[in-house]
Amino acid sequence: MRGKSAIVGVGHAGFGEAPGFSAYEIMAQSALAALDDAGLKLSDVDGLFCTMMEDSMPVLMAAEYLGIQPRYVDGTMLGGSSFVNYLTSASLALQAGLCDVALICYGSNQRTASGRLVTASKLPPYEGLYSPRYPISAYAMAAARHMYEYGTTREQLADVAVAARAWARHNPEAFERGELTREDVLGARMVSDPLTTRDCCLVTDGGGAIVMVRADRAGDFPKAPVYVLGSAAASSHRQISQMQDFTVTAARESGERAFAMAGVTPGDIDVVELYDAFTINTILFLEDLGFCAKGEGGAFVADGRIAPGGALPVNTNGGGLSCVHPGMYGIFTVIEAARQIRGDAPGLQQDNVELALAHGNGGVLSSQVTAILGAASTV
Amino acid sequence: MPEMQGPDKVFRDGLAKGQINLQQCDDCERFIFFPRVLCPHCKGSSLTWRAASGDGTVHTTTTVRRKPERGGDYNVCMVELAEGVRLMSRVDDISPDGVKIGLAVTAFVGEIDGVPAVLCKPAGA
Repeated sequence: MRGKSAIVGVGHAGFGEAPGFSAYEIMAQSALAALDDAGLKLSDVDGLFCTMMEDSMPVLMAAEYLGIQPRYVDGTMLGGSSFVNYLTSASLALQAGLCDVALICYGSNQRTASGRLVTASKLPPYEGLYSPRYPISAYAMAAARHMYEYGTTREQLADVAVAARAWARHNPEAFERGELTREDVLGARMVSDPLTTRDCCLVTDGGGAIVMVRADRAGDFPKAPVYVLGSAAASSHRQISQMQDFTVTAARESGERAFAMAGVTPGDIDVVELYDAFTINTILFLEDLGFCAKGEGGAFVADGRIAPGGALPVNTNGGGLSCVHPGMYGIFTVIEAARQIRGDAPGLQQDNVELALAHGNGGVLSSQVTAILGAASTV
Repeated sequence: MPEMQGPDKVFRDGLAKGQINLQQCDDCERFIFFPRVLCPHCKGSSLTWRAASGDGTVHTTTTVRRKPERGGDYNVCMVELAEGVRLMSRVDDISPDGVKIGLAVTAFVGEIDGVPAVLCKPAGA
């Protein structure tokens, strides 16, 4: 699968607040933007990969809304990691000739529609009675265990949010661009200990879309192609109470397989885009993906080491913590990774980005999907 | 004699009678939770109900913050029972902030909103 398919268009719409727009309208605007980026039309799309926070058959609703009758559809719902997972299924469908132009898309209006996370998820039967705040209490218990086992501190968690904001301050597309200090995070309202409101991702509107084709025609489009070098998924549970080790995610497995497929190592990666639903996520994923050893994630992220000018560029758009988080953020890890490789990132474009990692998280640390993307020079 | 009802209902019926029962796999001898028709470890389908000892330890915990007028802060935690299974629960008889990882607890059947539920209290309390 390595290098056999490529992203030739990305787009987004409705970032921040899109009052008066429905989720499907934002999805469709994102799709049109990505197709425009690729120099293609909706009528060219014959593979659709989509899920939404609404409806039980969102991929059918999306196809209907777009007015297309795709030959191949995938609506696999893994939560926010779904859209990174679609890189795998779209690549396979393209290679098998089941479709020629794959469109991955998403949209949500949950900030202006309700102002809080909208989820169709019902609390699992053996958890709901205890009223954990979904999903934050699950992440809070993972953070608490990480602090207990490894001495990770509230300050280190806060530094993840501070770094995300530092990137966002340079990104005109980011929703939150005001200054944010460690003290601001530590002093914010506690929601579910040890996580405060500033340890949580944003609730915004927004949509994103990605267009993919087979590699043999990837050079025929206006923008430089971004190749899928590796992609892999792993899932460990659905309910947080079934997570075996609260300090180790299935990203360890998805990352290992994605790196093996791509034939590269963490040290080769130029920019890292992680699904930072909560500050603990960034720490867990940097450890599990092999950027640092287990237990060392707190020190790894502290004191600006993943902020602009730090040791490793992580979440260069500002992430779900400060850029955009319309219910599911996964697609934006891929979009930012692709733009960094193309050289047209909206915020701080890093120099000479050839390899980028995009990592999606779904559920309550349940589903982990890792993709490694590369410029033409890496294929 | 084969069970006439699914393990989910058997577990809940036990709670309604004040009992915490856990399934033990006849093949690999591990206890499992939540109740299932198969062992998620060895995939065996022969499971036997045993009364739980009630001994447990807080594996991880959080205080969910809530306004006082809505009932105030409360605890949500993961408790590891002596049988080796972990489940979500709440530790009562102690302030939420007093619930720490490693705290020894005793599980009992209480009620949340009128529904029987596995709750915990500090061991010896």
